Amino acid sequence: MGMELYLDLLSQPCRAVYIFAKKNNIPFEFKHVELFKGQHCREEFGKINILKKVPALKDGVFTLAESTAILLYLSRKYNTPDHWYPSDTQKRARVDEYLSWHHTNIRGNAGKTLWIKVLIPLFTGQTLPPEKLQEVMDELAISLKQFEEKFLQDKPFIVGSEISLADLMAIVELMQPIGVGCDIFEDRPKLSEWRNQVEEAVGKELFQEAHELILNIKELSNIQIDPQLKEHLAPVLRKMMK
Amino acid sequence: MERSFSSVCPLCSYSQGQVVSASTQHLSPCCSLCPAGRMGIELYLDLLSPPCRSVYIFVKKNNIPFTFKQMEVLKGQQHSVGFGKVNILRKVPALKDGGFTLAESPAILAYLSQKYKTPDHWYPLDMKKRARVDEYLSWQHSAIRPSVFKIFWLKVVFPLYMDQTAPEEKLQEALEDLAIPLKQLEEKFLQDKPFLVGNMISLADLVAFTDLMQLIAIGYNIFENMPKLVEWHNRVKKTVGKELFQEAHKVILNFQDLNSMLIEPQLKEQMKPRLLKMVA
Repeated sequence: MGMELYLDLLSQPCRAVYIFAKKNNIPFEFKHVELFKGQHCREEFGKINILKKVPALKDGVFTLAESTAILLYLSRKYNTPDHWYPSDTQKRARVDEYLSWHHTNIRGNAGKTLWIKVLIPLFTGQTLPPEKLQEVMDELAISLKQFEEKFLQDKPFIVGSEISLADLMAIVELMQPIGVGCDIFEDRPKLSEWRNQVEEAVGKELFQEAHELILNIKELSNIQIDPQLKEHLAPVLRKMMK
Repeated sequence: MERSFSSVCPLCSYSQGQVVSASTQHLSPCCSLCPAGRMGIELYLDLLSPPCRSVYIFVKKNNIPFTFKQMEVLKGQQHSVGFGKVNILRKVPALKDGGFTLAESPAILAYLSQKYKTPDHWYPLDMKKRARVDEYLSWQHSAIRPSVFKIFWLKVVFPLYMDQTAPEEKLQEALEDLAIPLKQLEEKFLQDKPFLVGNMISLADLVAFTDLMQLIAIGYNIFENMPKLVEWHNRVKKTVGKELFQEAHKVILNFQDLNSMLIEPQLKEQMKPRLLKMVA
């Protein structure tokens, strides 16, 4: 039995894992966990990942959660090209540094745009006041400024001249607001340039394939939401709507 | 082959009679023998901060020579021009190794473990064990850290800057948010193992331990009805060593002393919006 990757390409970290595995010709079975159908909440998926989150990996009896851990595990197991996670101590530290900072800075704010513009209205039937979105965009703007000034600077990629896991994690997250019509690359030429370079390094076809769902998210406005999922998410939604 | 150094290095305090294995990349804490040791690494730390404590404990436990650069975050020292050159993100911990600067405690810990070839159990070479450490270090960012940060800020920092206590409901809310992650820490990460990744302490335990100590130190019995976590906590504390634990946690354990800290009115004004947002 081969390696299984439990993914929903609506999720940013799932896209990072998907792109990485495909780009490096890593053999895996795509196990679709449909978030809208609440499949991640089910007991069966809980056996793969008790945290009930995607992405998740199953390699024989070994299961693993957290996209960062999964990406690093895959890079080691399949001996992927050095630039993804350099063996040079200082270059590697730069990737680790970004992957750590990413969690509380880019991740979260970028994803909230999808919640505010699409998911909350879908789940609750209510639209949020424009100030809510503006608040998130303002926070994101601060993170993007730090991204450009500290992590990118004048380099083509975060670590230097080649793409790494850091760029991959960043780009998939930043495509989330793009999917809902918040063009964060507009008026940010450096960031825009970096985005193009990352897309090219990944390969346009693979990049578009991975992002097809999120880029067409607005078409999902008529989707049926699993009632159990609605209930499960109620407290989270209430908090976001405050 | 082992060497012992009996002469005192003028630049670092670790060289007195220290026995160092020749197999380590960094040959010696004695600067006259090791070019890298001549400059040594600088660690910018405020032991009030859990990530700083995890780095501090790691370097001390592994006899990694370093210069302790004291930072006092509550006094706004991270906003200085000088520190901006070390870490433009203006956060602690931060590392400076010659011309190389590094932020983010998981990155710093991994860097130090690789550079100084620390014992394997801290960050195992075995792919699956290493993945378990990575998994915890990734998960904790959004699961444990934000609650720890919030509770500490509401309980200790808010009164310091705002001259009044934070609303109790907000504290209770933040404590409730911790319930599920603590359960997950016990059921997914610890299970029936002595430490988070296996039989020996790793970076994951260090990061988890120092984070949760923040709340224990300020008076919260977060492990109530969670005997497995209590045992784990005690086990980590013992492995770290009583003396080093006390040293690292002295500031947080004496958090009441912070009340006498003089904070500039300008800084108080600067922090007000952020603090008000936390209780909104």
